[in-house]
Amino acid sequence: MVDFGGWDMPLHYGSQIEEHHRVRRDAGMFDVSHMAVLDFEGAGAQALLRRLLANDVARLREPGKALYSCMLNAHGGVIDDLIVYFLTDGRFRMIVNAATRDKDRAWIERQAEDFDVRVRERADTAMIAVQGPQARERALQALPPPAARAAEALASFHGAPAGDWFVARTGYTGEDGLEVILPAGEAPAFWDALRAAGVAPCGLGARDTLRLEAGLNLYGADMDESTTPLESGLAWTVAWDPPERAFIGRETLEAQRGTDHARLVGLVLKEKGVLRNHQKVRVGGVAAGEITSGGYSPTLARAIALARLSGVGGDSCRVEIRGKLVPARTVKPPFVRHGKPCVTIDPI
Amino acid sequence: MSEIPEDLKYTKTHEWVRTNDDGTVTVGISDAAQDQMGDMVYVEVPEAGRAVQAGEACAVVESVKSASDVYAPVSGEVVEGNTALADHPEWVNREPYGTGWLLRIRPDAGVALDHLLEASAYTEFLAAGEH
Repeated sequence: MVDFGGWDMPLHYGSQIEEHHRVRRDAGMFDVSHMAVLDFEGAGAQALLRRLLANDVARLREPGKALYSCMLNAHGGVIDDLIVYFLTDGRFRMIVNAATRDKDRAWIERQAEDFDVRVRERADTAMIAVQGPQARERALQALPPPAARAAEALASFHGAPAGDWFVARTGYTGEDGLEVILPAGEAPAFWDALRAAGVAPCGLGARDTLRLEAGLNLYGADMDESTTPLESGLAWTVAWDPPERAFIGRETLEAQRGTDHARLVGLVLKEKGVLRNHQKVRVGGVAAGEITSGGYSPTLARAIALARLSGVGGDSCRVEIRGKLVPARTVKPPFVRHGKPCVTIDPI
Repeated sequence: MSEIPEDLKYTKTHEWVRTNDDGTVTVGISDAAQDQMGDMVYVEVPEAGRAVQAGEACAVVESVKSASDVYAPVSGEVVEGNTALADHPEWVNREPYGTGWLLRIRPDAGVALDHLLEASAYTEFLAAGEH
């Protein structure tokens, strides 16, 4: 067990690597109840979110559609990354990180003062992510019938309420699956039902290696308030159009756009070893930056990383590991998607 | 409860030491240590011929979670590193006292093993660390 943002969470239930493979090959589940659920309600909800988020919730036209976005400070730094669901007119649901919940809420409440909106944290809910190629099929056996019907009909990156439950076809692993928000009291029974349906319990360790293989950023490691989305591989989440939408942080991003700023890239080690956070990276003999998330990829059986680098040319670099410079290949994430490698692995 | 064989000696940095008939000692990490670290993914052992001082970092074990130095329990010369672990780091998890051994050292003349912990002392040391 480890402390994670004030929550006591299991790193693994036995073997982190086995849990990782279960998600890539079959189905695994994660208790992600530490993540915070914020409900936005009011005529001004959409206007507030269009000011608050770098991505544009006006793109969400059908109920249930989800959007991944950064929430920026006035200098374009990332306060948090989050998912927001459009429920109905004037209603949105937002999922934010656990470690950032207090500062997120304070920031949102400050910005919300000028808008006709009520923001409510749902502390009464639990959240379970079921992920893997067999995840949906197995979860349908464990969900109560109304939630199962809603889950069965979901398109990718959509969510739907079913009574007190909310099911979404989203995740953090690079596999298909569901994230289920439910009344906290019903979570233990649902967990047991998933287990009976053949879903393996997985800890924070596997969650981290899975998201790293999927090329998904971890807040606090790959980006924080000192980095912009453009420097964090998240330019695709910035909605530049319409140009008149004045989201917080826009001026900084506009000024940075098109310049030769630092970028987040993927690294695959060419030799044996493990890449770790904060190892220094050199390109052409010159210091270029450091690893923001490094680890061992169980799917590729090789060390991989995300690194923030300046002045990258070509596809090779060297990483300083315990005083030695070890060659690595720079790649565009993801490393693995739907169980399949999507980068070049150099033979050793 | 982790396995702590009676016939081995231990260090407070979780290495185990076995005295062989030829006077060399075999070194590995304890069951408790491998369990704490989780799935091993990389092991680096020293080359034969390297001289090591007691307490000197002489091997590295890396799990999915973290990297740890392994310290020479005695001063001497490395006779052999378990190079098979480069392809099978999981042996350290599976058989920490068997196929997962890390290196063999020929202790320098006059080096005693008195400073090492007996199994019972190591058991107590682990128990104290849990509180």
